[in-house]
Amino acid sequence: MTTISIRDVWKEYDDQVVLERVSLEIEPHAFVLIVGASGCGKSTLLRMLLGQEQPSRGEILIDGTPLPPEPGPDRGVVFQRYSVFPHLTVRENVTLGLEFGQAPIAGRLFGGARKRAIAEAEHYIELVGLEQAMDKYPSALSGGMQQRLAIAQALITKPKVLLLDEPFGALDPGIRADMHELVIKLWQDSKMTVFMVSHDLSEAFYLGTRLITLDRRRNRPEERERYGASITHDIPITRRRENRHRGIKLAEGDVL
Amino acid sequence: MFLALLPFALVIAVYAFGSAERLAVNPNDKLLPGWTSFVDAIDRMAFQPDKRTGNYLLWTDTYASLVRLFAGVASATLFSLIFGICIGILPIMRATFAPFIAVIAMIPPLAVLPILFIVFGLGETAKIVLIAIGVAPFITRDIALRVEEIPREQIVKAETLGANSWQIITRVVLPQIWPRLIDSVRLSLGAAWLFLISAEAIASQSGLGYRIFLLRRFLAMDVILPYVAWITLLAVIIDAALRLFQKRAFPWFAGGRS
Repeated sequence: MTTISIRDVWKEYDDQVVLERVSLEIEPHAFVLIVGASGCGKSTLLRMLLGQEQPSRGEILIDGTPLPPEPGPDRGVVFQRYSVFPHLTVRENVTLGLEFGQAPIAGRLFGGARKRAIAEAEHYIELVGLEQAMDKYPSALSGGMQQRLAIAQALITKPKVLLLDEPFGALDPGIRADMHELVIKLWQDSKMTVFMVSHDLSEAFYLGTRLITLDRRRNRPEERERYGASITHDIPITRRRENRHRGIKLAEGDVL
Repeated sequence: MFLALLPFALVIAVYAFGSAERLAVNPNDKLLPGWTSFVDAIDRMAFQPDKRTGNYLLWTDTYASLVRLFAGVASATLFSLIFGICIGILPIMRATFAPFIAVIAMIPPLAVLPILFIVFGLGETAKIVLIAIGVAPFITRDIALRVEEIPREQIVKAETLGANSWQIITRVVLPQIWPRLIDSVRLSLGAAWLFLISAEAIASQSGLGYRIFLLRRFLAMDVILPYVAWITLLAVIIDAALRLFQKRAFPWFAGGRS
């Protein structure tokens, strides 16, 4: 079980403060939804958890140890776009994570190791429901299928933390609802902590066990650069979980 | 298909008409020879051994030219691939070499040809180096740009899958660059032919360009025109072969573009 501590994190680019005084203690196996207006630093926070960017001040700890300064296999990620490799088939895309871990020089596996890796990859592909598309290239998949593939690909390294950066922002409502069910199921069946950035409040309330909103406390134009966004709400969501377990779907855009 | 053939038919018809007109006035006209002269010339160059050397000239010329062309383009491609990927991936390489390559690309390669002849002598090396120098800056810059185009998300994703830098290059960057490299080589082949013919025209004992410029002294249009057509055909075949190879070897690439 993974705990994450974000301790007084600031992020500044040159003179501009993007995030300030962000502190969070994340309990094990949480599903954290981060919402906020455009440009309020949601994605920046996610990139810092990923290790793609470093906090200007403060620190982020995973299980008590500071986050390494670069992305690594303990933190999986799905972006809104470009998360899958266009030159690899579905099967190859998912197998790749195992090959990276097991073959540092060749980057490829051979013989029995390759067979085992492929079998494991196919298991994850079946989990996300892409078994019909094993040999297809991503360009032949719909947007929703590409995101399913990206999720399977991220899960194969068994990350402690899964980071989702508006992963369903470009999908149709119907497909999006299917993806919600998939993500909840995968999260329930694992021990991982999920962070997801979203624009959509109803999606956030539906999926999350905890909702974090980011906003700027001071928003006058002359103050914008000097004051970053910080956490304005930190809401534990419990009342909807029973509904979710009973499988009740909320309609898209429902006001909670 | 018919529409595509129409311009070709038109050019041939205009030539046939002009040729017939001139030959009617002067049967010894050399500028626009008739079809029989062409057939004779092609037979002489391609299927009869040359009286002096015993070679079948068209084939020895073609072989000599293609060896130079492939050697030049291949060495340029290899250099550009390695260098282009380094410039595209490593910021320090980009900062150091991108402006340098941009300036080098502006040097007219033919202006360097005398230097190459002085340094490498009049043999094969100078011609191959001319082709390589002529096309390498273009391919290098193109590859560097294509590498930079790979979305940052893909690199980060590979890192979250546990990839080291070497694995990112060999499994993520390089496989996506291959088909783009073929595009780049296809585009630079026109320039490569230009440099090949130029080098052969200036100093050579064989080659398609050499033959054309040699026979120019005798106004031997009956040989020059088929040679030009033959060079064009070779260029078209090479281009089509590269395109076919790209389509077969990288099916994901065509799928992603459509």
